[in-house]
Amino acid sequence: MSSGEKVAGSVINYVDERTGAAKWLKKNLTKVFPDHWSFMLGEIALYSFIILLLTGVFLTFWFDPSQRDVIYHGSYMPLNGLQMSAAYESTLHISFDIRGGLLMRQIHHWAALLFMAAIVAHMLRVFFTGAFRKPREFNWIIGIGLLTLGIVEGFLGYSLPDDLLSGTGIRIAQAIIQAMPIVGSYLSFFAFGGAFPGTAFIPRIFTVHVLLLPGIFLALITAHLMLVWYQKHTQYPGPGRTEKNVVGFPFMPVYMAKAGGFFFVVFGVTAFLGAVASINPIWYYGPYTPTQISAGSQPDWYMGWLDGLVRMAPPLETHAFHHTISWNILIPGVIVPGIFFTFLALYPFIESWMTNDKREHHLLDRPRNAPNRTALGAFGITFMMVTLLNGGNDLIATHFSLSISQITWMSRIGVLILPPLAFVVTKRLCLSLQRSDRDLVLHGKETGRLVRLPHGEFVEVHEPLSDAQAWTLTQHEQRPALEFTEVDEHGVHRRGGLLNKFRAKTSRANAEAIAKPDADDLKEIEHH
Amino acid sequence: MSEKTARLSDPGLPEHVHRKSDTDPVAAKKAERQVAILFLLSAIGTILFVYSYIWIKTDRFVFIPVMGSQNEQELYMGLGLTISLLGIGLGAIHWAKTLMTDTEVVAERHEFRSEEADRTDFVATVKEQSAAAGLGRRSLIKRTLGLSLGLIGIAPLIALRDLGPLPKQSLEQTSWKAGTRLVVDPSNRPIKPSDIEVGGVVQVLPELRPGEERTLENVGKDAVLLIRIRPEEFELSPERLSWTYQGIIAFSKICTHMGCAVALYEQETKHLLCPCHQSTFDVPRAAKVIFGPAARPLPQLAIMVDSQGYLVAQKPFTEAVGPSFWERSS
Repeated sequence: MSSGEKVAGSVINYVDERTGAAKWLKKNLTKVFPDHWSFMLGEIALYSFIILLLTGVFLTFWFDPSQRDVIYHGSYMPLNGLQMSAAYESTLHISFDIRGGLLMRQIHHWAALLFMAAIVAHMLRVFFTGAFRKPREFNWIIGIGLLTLGIVEGFLGYSLPDDLLSGTGIRIAQAIIQAMPIVGSYLSFFAFGGAFPGTAFIPRIFTVHVLLLPGIFLALITAHLMLVWYQKHTQYPGPGRTEKNVVGFPFMPVYMAKAGGFFFVVFGVTAFLGAVASINPIWYYGPYTPTQISAGSQPDWYMGWLDGLVRMAPPLETHAFHHTISWNILIPGVIVPGIFFTFLALYPFIESWMTNDKREHHLLDRPRNAPNRTALGAFGITFMMVTLLNGGNDLIATHFSLSISQITWMSRIGVLILPPLAFVVTKRLCLSLQRSDRDLVLHGKETGRLVRLPHGEFVEVHEPLSDAQAWTLTQHEQRPALEFTEVDEHGVHRRGGLLNKFRAKTSRANAEAIAKPDADDLKEIEHH
Repeated sequence: MSEKTARLSDPGLPEHVHRKSDTDPVAAKKAERQVAILFLLSAIGTILFVYSYIWIKTDRFVFIPVMGSQNEQELYMGLGLTISLLGIGLGAIHWAKTLMTDTEVVAERHEFRSEEADRTDFVATVKEQSAAAGLGRRSLIKRTLGLSLGLIGIAPLIALRDLGPLPKQSLEQTSWKAGTRLVVDPSNRPIKPSDIEVGGVVQVLPELRPGEERTLENVGKDAVLLIRIRPEEFELSPERLSWTYQGIIAFSKICTHMGCAVALYEQETKHLLCPCHQSTFDVPRAAKVIFGPAARPLPQLAIMVDSQGYLVAQKPFTEAVGPSFWERSS
């Protein structure tokens, strides 16, 4: 035994005698994880979060979350002598006087953008492959919670420097709070410690941004990962992969090296972006004051859809009985996002209700084999894309010399028409892809080789699929739609007739498929 | 032909194909060297990071095409960090991919549902234990506990009351009063009609009385835009026309939608535009909303001149400025 092994041995002995960790570790260090590039998306989110913690702690050492007035006398000359808040001044100080400060600020901001992008991409992967199905509904809900909190956390983060752009963002947030029926003006006065902008808001959101929300994030991420570990990862279908097994590589050493290495790669990429790509140059915007604004004010991308919704809202307000309800704020700012996120969070239960599928699923769906879900996803993505584009309607107008009213009207109409259109087109596309899978299995791949038969006919040679390929294309299950009869088995009329009809309808929509080839189909082909 | 029809069943895991580095010691050695080079590169990156921190001057700038002018020190620190991080990351991944085991392992899954016996036991235990606690029998305890737990939630809510004052009339009021002089922001000089040309725009605030200070809260409600057009271009009611002076009309600068500064004035069309959500207000028609999500025109401030010829407010705003709120009455 080498001396190194001796030392390690005695350390392990010490810990194990007190915790019994060896037994648990022995089992879990070799835990099997399946391999696929799309499983890295969630990892990117996790690593961005760690990067955000590291760079964020660095920034707090110099950032002064205070809205007291100071006169700037730092090294950035264009703002010399200007009155500003201590928050803005300290952000300038970090950017211009702390070595590596600007770099850390920019890595922090890029990592935040990447964090949200990775969460969204990860969520789309989980959605389109059906990984949210039983037993993983809890983890889906935790994920939607992380997505929602991520949007809030990001917004609070870029609001902290108290520059003209972010102050305008806070002003808009304040208007949304103030627009709440009955309690709005009270909530706003409580949040801001009085009238807008006051001096309380930035210190308060600082605490929320660096303590409260990161704490909740840590708890949720831990639960998210523990569930992944305990329930074992889903896997894509293929030869040898079943609902009862998981095929992949052991955590130690392969994933330790790959995942550990990947953390450094993600950090390296954000460091590169932070080094060469300037982001949120707050010194150009100047300090916040309620009477100024810069043209082309845009939030970060994950807020863009919300801004786009607000921009396309109709100018509606109700004035009655000495009270005002601002539909132009409530519909785009509260009601539509509320419906969207509630539907998203509940989707696993909605789908299970529609399909009456209460079984465990560990094999992922190929999106084409769940056309209705895939089409719903396309609906959501299209909705988000139209609103996101409208969030930049002013920039699109100036860059492409279009009128802003044309773009806004296109978005207003587009947001109603394009998502359903995307639904129909995507569903048809999925069914076409199923048909092409069927053709592939039955007739093989086209080889491009033309052969002339003795009697003069030309035919193209088709090469049959390998067993593995054929299995991958046909392993999925095609379940029939739910049948609802007017009367149950005892001859009694069912209650909830309308709901049952709706359920039967959605069930039929979910069951719509091109029959996958079976052994009989193959036999028939061979007789030709 | 039966073997062909059996094809649509699971053929099982494909046979493992070895990598070159698994069988060829030369290839394995090469992979090892590549990993080592990546790790070395990382060390060089860290040295570059430390060098830039200490020896590159903070006030030097370099120009990078597309990206523009960049601080040299921050740039090289960033590049050093990039190299040191990517070196470790790519090295570890290359190591895993070429030299660590790549044989797929199969692990079994187990149903999460507990065995029937365990479930029955669990229910029995819960019943037994809660019976031992007497929860079912002692309804007095249950009810009082429910009451106290329900009430204790009020404590933190009450404690948050001091987060801010009540709004009272604050949202309805501004600093403008009858006779308040209009002063130019930021010089605080009073202004005469002759100071504004036709087509001109000036941002004004109410004149401070001695001892008063300007706060951002006040500025956020008081800011007013003066715009001068030719008087014959107004399409106003007689009352609103009397609020103008020689073609000068005054509007609140705070958007009635979400409170941004309505800062873009298009001289040719006489439109005021809010850059946040593009609400557009038509100046000659009392800032009527002609586009965008705002639902109300910008409040108009009635102005006149005082005995010394300076512009003053005839009276306070007749409605609340800024975005809507529940208690707003018009």
